[in-house]
Parts: sequence; structure tokens; C-alpha cells
Amino acid sequence: MDSSLLLGITTFAYLLCSLLYVGFSVFKPATVGRIATIATIVAVLIQTAGIILRWIESYQEGIGHAPLSNMYESVVFFSWTIAVLYLVIEWRFATRAFGAFVMPLAFLAMAYASLAPINKQISPLVPALQSNWLLAHVITCFIGYAAFAIAAALAVVYLFKYYGTRGTASSSDQTPTSLPVLDDLLYKTIVFGFIWLSIGIITGSIWANSAWGTYWSWDPKETWSLITWFVYAFTLHIRYTNLLKGPAVSWLAVVGFLAVLFTYYGVNFWLSGLHSYGSS
Amino acid sequence: MNTGRSVWHFFASVKLALFLIGCIGIGAIIGTLIPQQQPAGWYAGVYGDQWARLILVLDIDTMYQAWWFNSLLGLLAINLIVCSIDRFPATWKIMRRDGLADGMKRFSGQTTGHHISTELSAGESVARTLSLLRTERYRPRSRETEQGVLIFAQKGPWTRCGVYIVHSSILVIFLGALIGTIGGFKGSILIGEGTAIERIVLRYTGELKPLDFAVRCNSFTIDFYDNGMPKEYTSNLTIIDDGDEVLTTDIEVNKPLTYKGITFYQASYEPSQDFIISVTNTETGASREFVTGFQQEVGWPEEDLSFGIINARAMGPTVVSAKLWFAGATPTGQWVDSGAVLDVETDSGSYQASVRQRFSTGLQVVKDPGVWLVYGGFFLLVAGLCISFFMNHRRLWILVSSKTEHTTELIVTGSANKHRPAFETQVERLAHNLSNEPT
Ligand code: HEM
Repeated sequence: MDSSLLLGITTFAYLLCSLLYVGFSVFKPATVGRIATIATIVAVLIQTAGIILRWIESYQEGIGHAPLSNMYESVVFFSWTIAVLYLVIEWRFATRAFGAFVMPLAFLAMAYASLAPINKQISPLVPALQSNWLLAHVITCFIGYAAFAIAAALAVVYLFKYYGTRGTASSSDQTPTSLPVLDDLLYKTIVFGFIWLSIGIITGSIWANSAWGTYWSWDPKETWSLITWFVYAFTLHIRYTNLLKGPAVSWLAVVGFLAVLFTYYGVNFWLSGLHSYGSS
Repeated sequence: MNTGRSVWHFFASVKLALFLIGCIGIGAIIGTLIPQQQPAGWYAGVYGDQWARLILVLDIDTMYQAWWFNSLLGLLAINLIVCSIDRFPATWKIMRRDGLADGMKRFSGQTTGHHISTELSAGESVARTLSLLRTERYRPRSRETEQGVLIFAQKGPWTRCGVYIVHSSILVIFLGALIGTIGGFKGSILIGEGTAIERIVLRYTGELKPLDFAVRCNSFTIDFYDNGMPKEYTSNLTIIDDGDEVLTTDIEVNKPLTYKGITFYQASYEPSQDFIISVTNTETGASREFVTGFQQEVGWPEEDLSFGIINARAMGPTVVSAKLWFAGATPTGQWVDSGAVLDVETDSGSYQASVRQRFSTGLQVVKDPGVWLVYGGFFLLVAGLCISFFMNHRRLWILVSSKTEHTTELIVTGSANKHRPAFETQVERLAHNLSNEPT
């Protein structure tokens, strides 16, 4: 058994979990919901085993390092974090209402990791990447990104609900998918992501400083992570001032997640040609 | 006076903050979409004359150094300062407010809160409440009032500062960056193995900047993984200050060297056309290193030796092996891998020799006196975020009054500035504990 088999199984397991949660949301049989939760827990365990095994394999190849060093490994970790955070939310808020929206993201991340033409090999670390700050940077950023992914899923639920029930929703409704409760959960998720993204940007710049002596060089990836951070800072202030009411925070959560995707993915693929020079 | 006030309000407003954050974000985006620091003609070629002129006029080609982009950051700083000064007095007042002095207000009119009646005497109830609050790590105080004994206890009034800590952390980071820009420099230097430099090339301007000490590169080495990827770049450096060799150490990527506030980072390297030959007399142990060009004869007169590199094999610019020649009655020419040791018998005795290509190490040289302030700002930012998001200011007021000879009534009310549902649950639990008779 090797890690790629376990991670391959994980991809299908997350697809199954997503379908179960969708089934649960549409038809509402409690058993399906329970099975979905159990399936998700099992899938997370398989994925955890896969990640740990990959880590062990890297040591067996004599180039041991935490499995967080390239696009493939970070997307796997992203998907793992989404699933784990989702389970925490399901448990803390005692609701399976969001599984149908969140678990597909965990599945899509895994599907992208396995199908996209990216390097899946365990490769050794070039000198610049051999830093614990970098490890801290990747972990913290991806926890933040996963929280923002979930926030975007919650925002979509909010927006459906908001435009679907315009004016008719009762304000005393306190179920997990009622607008005030959703809004609160959305806020908490954004706050959680904001703290981790902040730590992620900070550890990244400390790493850059220890490698090159510059904690900030306006390189496109850095800049986009700052832009993402600004979007969420903007969102928090909008919410505080109540300047734009209703669904504004939800729309911003969606925009914020697009900024996350661009920071992580778009910068590499659309801006790389422009910035092969300039950044040292 | 009035305009002063309105300017103040303008800069204190969160709307301005939203506007500035939005503009800075858009500016930053444009800076990533339009390639930076190209020659003027390049923009005309790609975007056409009109757009190119606009780009140059607005300094979009050097967006992050542009005066207007940095002015926006400056305005954000002013906004933060004014906004904080504007709001802090009110926060301070709430933090300092004596809940005991004005707490009776909470029990006038229609009182919300948990009403409990017990058979304990008022005195016993008060004592019990105080001790219960202490076990919950509050520091309760009480006072007699006309309606009974008022107890006040609070936790975390200082956590209201959290958001101010977040905002000042951004100012601290700005200040650190400013100090680094004004009081520091960034440059780079290429040092050949065996040579020393006393000045560096500044980034952006290309000016030479003298250091007040010298840096010598003793050796530069690259380690490779089995698959050929580079594993580590290492430079062995010596600092020579006032003629003294004060310090010799290895630096690697991610492991810089700092001397007199100036930090040297391993950044790059360049192979050269020269070779370094080291020769050791196996009998006497005498040993020396020689720098030489390709196909140039060098001599070691003390040992009566003469030798040189007569051929070399390279992978790209990197020499992998060389043919080492020794003069003598029967001249020898032998291939040796870079870094490996070769045993040579000559007319003057037996020697061990090794050859490697001479490299130059490329260093980033940075002085940044503001970096610790920036790191301090980072710490404040995270600490402030955690305080303002996870902690809250909780206040409890409990009024204990005798109703009849045998019954005492307690009214428990509380308030929190954040996380109210969790606090409500705590208050409920407290009320529940107070209503249970002690056993
Ligand atoms: C990049 C810059 C900024 C960051 C990262 C930032 C961050 C924050 C954070 C994290 C909060 C707490 C939000 C919450 O509790 O939901 C907050 C609140 C707030 N911010 Fe900012 N902020 C920034 C700039 C500004 C500026 C320029 C102003 C100037 C008016 C401002 C005014 C406020 C106000 C009034 C609050 C609410 C304070 C309260 O809860 O009592 N912020 N900010």
C-alpha cells in the first residue's frame, strides 16, 4: 500500500460524502445524514493516513520533509483542512445542513490534485525551501484558505436563502440555516480564516526575510495574499459599520474566496509569464 | 474651528478606511497585472502610446514606489491614528467604569435577569455568592444599598483594547518599514573564492557602497541530491575588521550572517574559469592552495613543484573533472574528479592533490534597522486579533435582598460586549448554582 493509493481512495470517498450530503439535504432522511458523517470521518482518516504515509515515504527516499512542499501536496492538505473544519462545524453547531455545500469543495480539491497535470512526485527540497518558517507558512495559509472556502460555501447558502425567501423568512427562526444564525456562523468562519491568513502572511514574510533579507518585496504572490487579506479586512469593517446591509457580507465572502483562488492558482498560471524576472 | 472638526471627522470615519482599503487593493492589483520596472519603450510596444503615457505619468510601472500609492498608505495610517484617538476615550471610560457605583441602574424599573429565592439569610447569600464568583476567577466587590447588597464582578475589561492593538500594530509595521527604508540599505555582491570585498552594489541605483569592514569568501560549495537537484549552497566567510579576522563562519540559504547590523544572505553563485588546486606533501604535511587559470603553469618553489590544469570536462558551466599535470623527469597527467584526492609521485616526493573549479558566491547584503519593529508589529497584530476575536468583557451584577424573615432574593444580571450566547449560558449556570441549596 502506498500513499498515492490512499489519496486516490480519498478522492472517491469525498465524492461519495458529497453525494450523501446532497441526498440528505434534498430528501432529509436522518439515516443518510448519519451515514454521510461517518463516511466523512472515515474519508478524513484515510486521507490522514495517506498524508502521513507520504511523509514516511519521503524519509524512506532519503529526502524527508513534511508533505507540504509543492502544489499537489498543498492542495491535498487544503482538502484535508476543509473536511476537518467541516466536521468541527457540524459537531459544534449540531447541523448537517452545510455538508452538501462544503464537502464538494473538499472533493474538487482532491479531484484537481489527482487529475491536473501537476507534479505529484515526492521531490527533495531546494535550499530556499528548507525552512521551518516555510512549513509554518504553508500550514497557516492553508488553514486560512480552507476556512475561507467554507465561508464561501456558507455564503452561497445564505444567498440562496436570502434571495429565495425574500421578506418571507421569519426573524425568529433560529435553525442553523436561518439568516441570522448563518450570518453569525459566516462571520465566525471569516474571523477564523482572517487570523490564520494573517499568521500565514506573517510567517511567509519572516521566511522571506531569513532567506533574502526582505520581508516584503511586492512580488505578485505576496501582493495577492495581501489583496485577499484586504478583502476580508474590508468585509469585517463593512459588517461592523453595517454600511451595506443584508447579503453584502456574503457577496464579499464569495469575492474573498475568488481572491484566494487567484492568489493560490491564478498567480502561478496567469501572472507567472510576467514575473519570471523581477522577483529574486 | 468648524472646518477643523469636520476634517477630524473625515479622518476618523470608517467609511474613509473602507475607501482607502479599496483603493490600495485596486492599486495593488493593477501593479500585479501590469509588469513592473520595464523600460519606457516596452510599455508603448505592448499597450500603445496613449496607455503607455498614462502608465508612465501615473508611475504605474513602479506602482509600489509611486508617490500616490504610498500616500494612500500614509492616509490609511492617519485614518487609523485619528480613528483610534477619536474612539479610545469612550472605550477607556467603559473599561474604567465602576460597576459598583452605578450598578443600581440595572435593577430599576423592569428588571430582566435571573430571579432566585433562597432560604439562606442575606448575609449567607452574599458570602456564598462572593465565594462562588471567586471560584469562577472573578474578583467581586460589594456594597450596601437601600434595596440590599449589590455585588459587582467583571472579567477582561482590558480586552476592549484588542481592536486598538490590532490597529496600532499596523502603524508599528509601517513605522518599522519606514525606518528600514530610511536607515537601511539593500545590495548585493559577488565574491570570488579566496578574495575579499569592502564594498557592495546597491539595489536600484547600482551605486557602490563601502562597508567599514571586509568580507572574504574562503570557499563556496554546492551539495546535490542524487537526482541532481541542488541540496545546499554554502559559503565560508571571514569578516576582517581593522585588519583582524574577527569571525569565520558558514552561511547557507536561510542561515545568514549578521555583523555590525549588516546581514549577508546566500543568494546565488557563479562558476568562474579558474581552478583551485590544493597540494599536500604526505611526508611533511606541508599544504597549500593555488588559484590558477586553465592551462597555466603554477609553481610551489619551496617544494620545487610545478603543475597546472591541462584539460577539463564540464557539465554546463560546472567542471566535473580535470586533468592535473605535474612537471618532472617523467611528467604525469591524470584525470581527477572535482573535489576527489589524487596521489602523485614526483621527483620531489609524494603528494596528495585535489582540484576544484573556483566559484564566486553571490550574497545579498542588507541593513534593516526597522525589522525588529516590524516583527513586533506582527506579534501585536496576531495578539490583538486573538484578543479582539476570542475574548470579551464580561460584567455581572447581583442584587441580594431580604424578602421575608426566611427568604432572600437574588437577582443576577450580566452583560458582555461579545460572544453573548456563551456568556448567557455562563450566567444561567451561575444562577443555577446559586439557587441550589448548599449541601
Ligand atoms: C489594514 C487595515 C486595518 C485592519 C487590518 C483592521 C482590522 C480590524 C479588525 C480585525 C477589527 C475587528 C473587527 C471585528 O470585531 O469584527 C477592526 C475593527 C474596527 N476597525 Fe479596523 N482595521 C484596519 C483599518 C482600519 C482603519 C483605517 C480604521 C479607521 C477608521 C478602522 C476602524 C475600525 C473600527 C472603528 C473598528 C470597530 C472597533 C470596535 O469593535 O469597537 N480600521 N479592524
